Amino acid sequence: MIVAVASGKGGTGKTTVATSLALAAGREVRLLDCDVEEPNCHLFLETGPATVETVGLPVPVVDPELCNACGICGDVCQFNAIAVLPEGAMVFPTLCHGCGACTWLCPEGAIREETRPLGEVSTARVGSVELLTGRLTVGEALAPPVVREVRRRGDGAGLVIVDAPPGTSCPVMASLRGADVVLLVTEPTPFGLHDLTLAVEVVRRLGIPFGVVVNRAGCGDDRVQDYCRDEGIPILLEIPQDRRIAEAYARGRPLVEAFPEWRGPFAGLLEALARLARNGDQAPAGNVRVGGAP
Amino acid sequence: MIELVVASGKGGTGKTSVLASLAVLAERAVVADCDVDAADLHLLLEPVVGRRTPFYAGHEAVVIPGACTGCAVCVEPCRAGAITLADGRAVVDPLLCEGCGLCVHLCEEKAVAFEPRLNGEWYVSDTRVGPMVHARLEPGGESSGKLVTLVRSEARRLAAERGLGMVLVDGPPGVGCPVIATMGGASRLLAVAEPTTSGVHDLERLLELAAHFEVPAVVVVNKWDLYPDLTRAIEELAERRGAAVLGRIPYDLAVTTAQLAGRTAVEMGGAGAEAMVRIFERLRPMLDAGRRQLPQTRGASAPP
Repeated sequence: MIVAVASGKGGTGKTTVATSLALAAGREVRLLDCDVEEPNCHLFLETGPATVETVGLPVPVVDPELCNACGICGDVCQFNAIAVLPEGAMVFPTLCHGCGACTWLCPEGAIREETRPLGEVSTARVGSVELLTGRLTVGEALAPPVVREVRRRGDGAGLVIVDAPPGTSCPVMASLRGADVVLLVTEPTPFGLHDLTLAVEVVRRLGIPFGVVVNRAGCGDDRVQDYCRDEGIPILLEIPQDRRIAEAYARGRPLVEAFPEWRGPFAGLLEALARLARNGDQAPAGNVRVGGAP
Repeated sequence: MIELVVASGKGGTGKTSVLASLAVLAERAVVADCDVDAADLHLLLEPVVGRRTPFYAGHEAVVIPGACTGCAVCVEPCRAGAITLADGRAVVDPLLCEGCGLCVHLCEEKAVAFEPRLNGEWYVSDTRVGPMVHARLEPGGESSGKLVTLVRSEARRLAAERGLGMVLVDGPPGVGCPVIATMGGASRLLAVAEPTTSGVHDLERLLELAAHFEVPAVVVVNKWDLYPDLTRAIEELAERRGAAVLGRIPYDLAVTTAQLAGRTAVEMGGAGAEAMVRIFERLRPMLDAGRRQLPQTRGASAPP
């Protein structure tokens, strides 16, 4: 089962929920940190040594001997990554999306590809958790290829938990695609509600069953709960507003380790997610509460 | 012209709350919300939309009904994995299609159309604190960097046209495409950090990005009393990076209360609001100096 933890708004507690789910699973689990612009899971887990591998993008390299400056590659490229001058084609690798269209369509066979590094994937272990972390190199723009590489390496049998980036754009899509169930983490504030509605649109477009975790419950009002009830979205867990929880988070301590009484609710959350994944669209309307605050 | 970008690396550190308060205090500025895929600033500034423009960016492949013979020449070359065969006909998944157009060129039957993609909308609005430019990326949409660039350039144009001389930009989280589009060529970055293990890690990457694009940075620490040791660590990190620390904002639930009321913190008061006023006073000389340097000499870089 692949569980993706996402949220429209940043800072709602995705990483707290993803790491606690992994630690409370009580079995072998792969945790994929797909927030490759700002990966944080590793800060909460005391893993052993990591193996690190580079992730890259295939970008075109033009052979000046073979290029006759016909201009096809420049016309084809949708990303303005190739300009064709009278002397031949010139590539701007930082604009290239690695689609391969120029390489395929060059009638002279003058384009080969080489890998341009964008970031890395590191793999490390703590107990029954194998952590795969994607990290985009600072200054690079294209997060989705790094996300896809983390997913490619980490997807598979057994339990997989994906920590997705905030927002609703392409890196989020790459993180959620193929998941069996999505958990949207939000907070009961106007920002939390607004961004939750955007995240719900994304998950519905993808057709993946989903539920909600309300973090910092009690800090705001009931609009998130009302919205979920009206939309038939199950609220699977509420974590209360509590300065002690915020302080443990600040110190890099996973919730279920700082407060072991939360292990039970997180184990229950995982069971509820498994039921949602199995039942797909037949998810019960209304709130399904598991555990609740200990 | 001064263009101040508020960003944080990590999400949820209080960027939008700080920026909205600065916009109230600045009085004469254009506000730009560049967090186009999860924009929230409008919830505090209640813009009245004056002009609404569809945002088309790139294209998507669309199989023309009846024209596809199912030869599958397009399937394997598509690196986005967007094309499959169903009932002997090619089907493009619009959520996976990146709009590279390779299939359009490969198809000998000319069965793939290449249609402009509607990826959202952008708005020029009026608010109680001045003009605002903002946008909505289609959920799951691409080209957020291009939309950010549009929002920024319209905001700068408005600021020049109305003689305001200042643009305050609410940036997206992260360090990738939309952040690069937000920050490239800006006059200054105001990084809103929080004293958490994640917050420090993410700030470090953001300051590295600012250095990469040669945007001078200043730092404020939000919720500083949550973990004073890390607040000091942030201040030392900022100093090492040559970024002035403009102040500390305490953990104050009144900031959330203001948000619930659809107001900025400084309009509602409280310890957090007072800290923001002090930060604005320290920022003011930089803003005034920037305002005097009209017109702007450095343009925004194109999005990647």
